[in-house]
Amino acid sequence: MAVLIDKSTRLLVQGLTGREGTFHAKQAAAYGTTVVGGVTPGKGGTTHEGWPIFNTVHDAVQATGANASVIFVPPAFAADAVMEAADGGLALAVCITEGVPTLDMMKAFTFLKGRATRLVGPNCPGLISPGKAKAGIIPGNICKEGRIGIVSKSGTLTYEAIHQLTKVGLGQTTCIGIGGDPLIGTSHIDALQLFADDPDTDAVIMIGEIGGTAEEEAATWIKDHFRKPVVGFIAGQTAPPGRRMGHAGAIIAGGTGTAAEKMAALTAAGVKVVRSPADMGKAIKEALGL
Amino acid sequence: MKIHEYQAKAILARHGVPVPQGEVAFNPEEVHDIAQRLGGGVVVVKAQIHAGGRGKGGGVKVAQSAAEAESVARQILGMTLVTHQTGPGGRVVARVLVEEGLQMTRELYVSIVLDRAAGKPVMMASAAGGMDIEEVAAKTPEQIFKIHIEPGVGLVPFEARQLGFGIGLDGPQVNKFVKLASSLYDAFVATDASLLEINPLVVTAAGDLLALDAKMNFDDNALYRHPDIRELRDLAEEDPLEIEASKFSLNYIHLDGNIGCMVNGAGLAMATMDIIKLAGGEPANFLDVGGGANAEQIRNAFKILMSDKNVKAVLINIFGGILRCDVLAQGVIAAVKELGVPVPIVIRMEGTNVEEGKRLLRESGMNFTTADGMDDAATQVVQLAG
Repeated sequence: MAVLIDKSTRLLVQGLTGREGTFHAKQAAAYGTTVVGGVTPGKGGTTHEGWPIFNTVHDAVQATGANASVIFVPPAFAADAVMEAADGGLALAVCITEGVPTLDMMKAFTFLKGRATRLVGPNCPGLISPGKAKAGIIPGNICKEGRIGIVSKSGTLTYEAIHQLTKVGLGQTTCIGIGGDPLIGTSHIDALQLFADDPDTDAVIMIGEIGGTAEEEAATWIKDHFRKPVVGFIAGQTAPPGRRMGHAGAIIAGGTGTAAEKMAALTAAGVKVVRSPADMGKAIKEALGL
Repeated sequence: MKIHEYQAKAILARHGVPVPQGEVAFNPEEVHDIAQRLGGGVVVVKAQIHAGGRGKGGGVKVAQSAAEAESVARQILGMTLVTHQTGPGGRVVARVLVEEGLQMTRELYVSIVLDRAAGKPVMMASAAGGMDIEEVAAKTPEQIFKIHIEPGVGLVPFEARQLGFGIGLDGPQVNKFVKLASSLYDAFVATDASLLEINPLVVTAAGDLLALDAKMNFDDNALYRHPDIRELRDLAEEDPLEIEASKFSLNYIHLDGNIGCMVNGAGLAMATMDIIKLAGGEPANFLDVGGGANAEQIRNAFKILMSDKNVKAVLINIFGGILRCDVLAQGVIAAVKELGVPVPIVIRMEGTNVEEGKRLLRESGMNFTTADGMDDAATQVVQLAG
């Protein structure tokens, strides 16, 4: 089993006709994902690379039975696309777009309340269930089917974790890039909950970074609810306060959001926290007693 | 993005927030004229830099006359102001705000920021104004009152009243506070602010509320729809290398160490700084070249890195997913050939086509050190940097 996406996923690409959308739709299809079509307002009724294009998510869902979407639209239109995905009744919307204004996302979250759609992102690499399906930009060729879950705020650091796991002979159930923005749809806790309920996930690598208090909240939750081994890494141990480190959310502000606080909270919750990003794979192996 | 106090006050005034009368000046003569226009009596001359703690650092002075204001301005303009927020290097003061002097009875605090955990803006108020609010929060958290604002609803008057009574205002003052708080929230939303802080908010001898100081930061992602705010950017407040990097859409932050870093992805870039430090070195910068870094971006990145004269060695750490390692290697070779990088370069790459990439580097005839894994890369680059 995997979480969020698998062979039953019927993926819609919002922004399929754009450069990024086209490239990653092809990559997803080549990986074995069922990509059912795209949405580009004004291009409905045409086809692109063999896929049908629709004007609205609603039309696309009716015609294709899509149950998930991945969003590759420019930042100014991303929150709109998220809300449209939710209105279309999709179970999952994955927003890759980086640079979405915070107030737009706040509006989108208000809209999502009471609707069944789970949002992953924005500003994230998306997710992949190795050997099954992917929605986003995580390269399929570095992944391997297996029993470790990954939840991460960072894209390339997720690839690093996958690579280290593969090197120690371990594969992944699902890798979830939750994104580096201050407001995100799926939190560390949400992802951990999914892994807790997945009988095929034996352990989890959790990657956080400076900014906010999501990791501390996850630590409290892990202590109370999570019974599988967790290895944690927090990026930004050497980041100066008050500076935005690439990701919109990666900033130590008002004295909170430091790596030290997050590492201490996770350690106290029983998470095996590694100081070096090179030790994630090794630590999982040890945690599983392999 | 940050702006100056006088700019924030102008924005707030447009949204109906009461602020003291005043004007910005760039030289002492202007200060004299402004002080005259304000009536020739008591004025306050305030250094305008993007950092707090200006008063303690000697950047805020009271003057009894226009002549004194001018002489005070001579001291402040051009001074290097060091505060707890500027770092030891301080900032050179190039502009001052000249404001009417006021009689006040109380100093309060009010701010709006995004509460990430709640996913909503939070308005905070405290009776302990004029102090470092982080200190107040740490020592006497019961002195800070908070309300969350529903994004679809906006600030509701009863919430503002809760804050107003909480910080000890009387009935008539609370009514003024409700109006002011609602203007603040209007300004916050209308400008896509990420932080709005009034510290202190003062009660004048006449019983009026006035924003005596103002700080506003804005969501960089939303600047595209606020060209007027983008124009308030003060390049003198920014690091020249960071300004240069931003022209190439490179995410670069200048630090104090001697190991230049070039990495794809923000998380991996932070992790690379961390592992350099663990290996006993000091990173010279944070640099994220982006997920789809091409030869051109790598060339630009080298230019920025090498403009920092402290850099004694460079660590390139790239995880090639979509970006193929052989393409990356070609980019690095071409850039180094063209720019003649004079310091040792350690390259750690992993991912798609890594073997081909490593072969290209080996056979380039250039002095690259290739590393296996991040650990090895960090150890080697720290050694080479000396």
